[in-house]
Amino acid sequence: MEIIIGKYNYWIYISLMMIGFYAMIAKKNLVKKLVGMNIFQTAIILFFISTAYKKDATIPILVKSQEAINPAQYINPLPHVLMLTAIVVMVSTFGVALAVIMMIYKQYKTLDEDEIIEILKKKK
Amino acid sequence: MNLSEHASILIVVIPLVASFINIFLIFLKRSLCYPFFVLVLGICFALSIDILYTVINFGTVRYKLGGWMPPWGIEYVIDYLNAYVIVIVSSISFIIAIYSKDSVKKEITKARLPYFYSTYLLLTTGLLGITITGDIFNLYVFLEIASLSAYALIAIGEKRSVLASYNYIIMGTIGACFYLLGVGYIYIITGSLNINDLTRLLPSMYESKVTLTALAFFVVGIAIKIALFPLHRWLPDSYTFAPSAVSAFASATVTKVGIYVLIRISFTLFEPRFLTEITPLSNMLIWWATIAIFFGSIIAIGQTDFKRTLSYILIAEIGYMVLGANLGNKEGFIGAVLHMLNDAVMIACLFMIAGGIFYRVGSRNLEDFNGLNKNMPITMSAFTIAALSMIGIPPTAGFFSKWYLILGAIEARHWISASALIFSSLVNAFIFFKLLEKVYFGKNVGVLKYNFRELPLSMMIPILIMALAILIIGFYSGEIISSVIKFTVPAGF
Repeated sequence: MEIIIGKYNYWIYISLMMIGFYAMIAKKNLVKKLVGMNIFQTAIILFFISTAYKKDATIPILVKSQEAINPAQYINPLPHVLMLTAIVVMVSTFGVALAVIMMIYKQYKTLDEDEIIEILKKKK
Repeated sequence: MNLSEHASILIVVIPLVASFINIFLIFLKRSLCYPFFVLVLGICFALSIDILYTVINFGTVRYKLGGWMPPWGIEYVIDYLNAYVIVIVSSISFIIAIYSKDSVKKEITKARLPYFYSTYLLLTTGLLGITITGDIFNLYVFLEIASLSAYALIAIGEKRSVLASYNYIIMGTIGACFYLLGVGYIYIITGSLNINDLTRLLPSMYESKVTLTALAFFVVGIAIKIALFPLHRWLPDSYTFAPSAVSAFASATVTKVGIYVLIRISFTLFEPRFLTEITPLSNMLIWWATIAIFFGSIIAIGQTDFKRTLSYILIAEIGYMVLGANLGNKEGFIGAVLHMLNDAVMIACLFMIAGGIFYRVGSRNLEDFNGLNKNMPITMSAFTIAALSMIGIPPTAGFFSKWYLILGAIEARHWISASALIFSSLVNAFIFFKLLEKVYFGKNVGVLKYNFRELPLSMMIPILIMALAILIIGFYSGEIISSVIKFTVPAGF
């Protein structure tokens, strides 16, 4: 029980990731796959932010007048910074993917994977 | 300011900035875009030679970005392996940039050309960044820069390329996210992202499950990026339908850089003993690669599309390099690293020739190769050299790396891998001799089948340079091994 409740954020990260992964593999609609991809990436953000968390800690902004700095008082800022970069990367991936989806729709007039495969077969 | 002192950062920043300047050049003068694009890649090539020279003469280069001390700041570390891969990437991007002038005009609408150049520069930036950086998170960012520009470049190809690009996006994102998760696990357990720092910190944590999870994520993520056999689904479609210049560039460099990352992670981040004694990863990768070699070769026989045949041969070649690196002896590793150069040159040359044939004939079908020798004798002689090298016939480059790989497999007493290498050579011989027969003794010999002559010079000269490079690398492979590759072998071997 302890391992489930005490580390619930990691369980949520894993289940979110699996939901996204399932959608990327099993969904037939191309946009739904993309939504799955987004959930998958968001799960990773959750994972990184969870690692930075400390109980009763505050944001890592130093006040000059303070005498001694106790690291346990502050949450770890580095994973947050990494995730800022990762979010930028994810947004651009999403943008490129949406542009590609628009091009696919212009060509095939559908976004369903099975229908596109049908069209490709007919052409041959 | 001493320029060569900052060469390691300039080689990444110059193409990055240039790719944005290139877009603004559209408003100034459209015709300037192409010369600017080639000039920038020429500068990168010169810088890469300078870096290799520095590394050979003065040892490992360490460049601290913004003056921040590593492990806190990002550090660029260039040793023999980096410098070697940087030269491969920048030289091939430069030569294919020259080639792209006429080749791309036929496949992409004129309005899109400057954007093509910009994206191409971004891809170069990403690949050079992956190779040069000494920080695992920075590596992820460059990996995504390279992948994103590769998705875009592939999507501007023929009609079906868009769907191929979409599949590549889905697969590539899974790969990159797995890599990112690996970085996360490594960060949790060590609190560092610097590769040198991690090399020092990790050995005490080899028994931990977190390290194992991180390694698993790294390997699967990169295996998707390099299209190692069961995860290769994105590669054949993407490289078949992409514009010829893009297929040549991406096939030659993207997978090689991926293999570089795999070698870096397995042998610099972790020690060789971690992969052989504590986890069975090396052994697993050997089998994995052996299956990839068999699979790639067998599927390649049945293809009728030239670029698709090359794609499947490329999948087998990726197997070669992964196999050689993991055999656990010096010969195998030298073979793998030498094959990175040889395969980049050979596959780029063959894809460029495929693009040349497409430029003149308008088809990639193997049936249309009949009697092409009459129309373009010079291109076809370059094709012969590349094909012989792919098979592995002595004076060409392909022979030497295959020789080392087979020696390595025999020394590791891995008979099935050794036979896989020989089998793949035989399959290549079958494919290429059949093609050469068509080219030289095909049905239409004596009459000109098509009413065209050789390729334009801007396409022919790069092809000839590559064909000559195959021969030169073959003749000087001993020199290359003794002056560069010998020093890349990890200490445990």
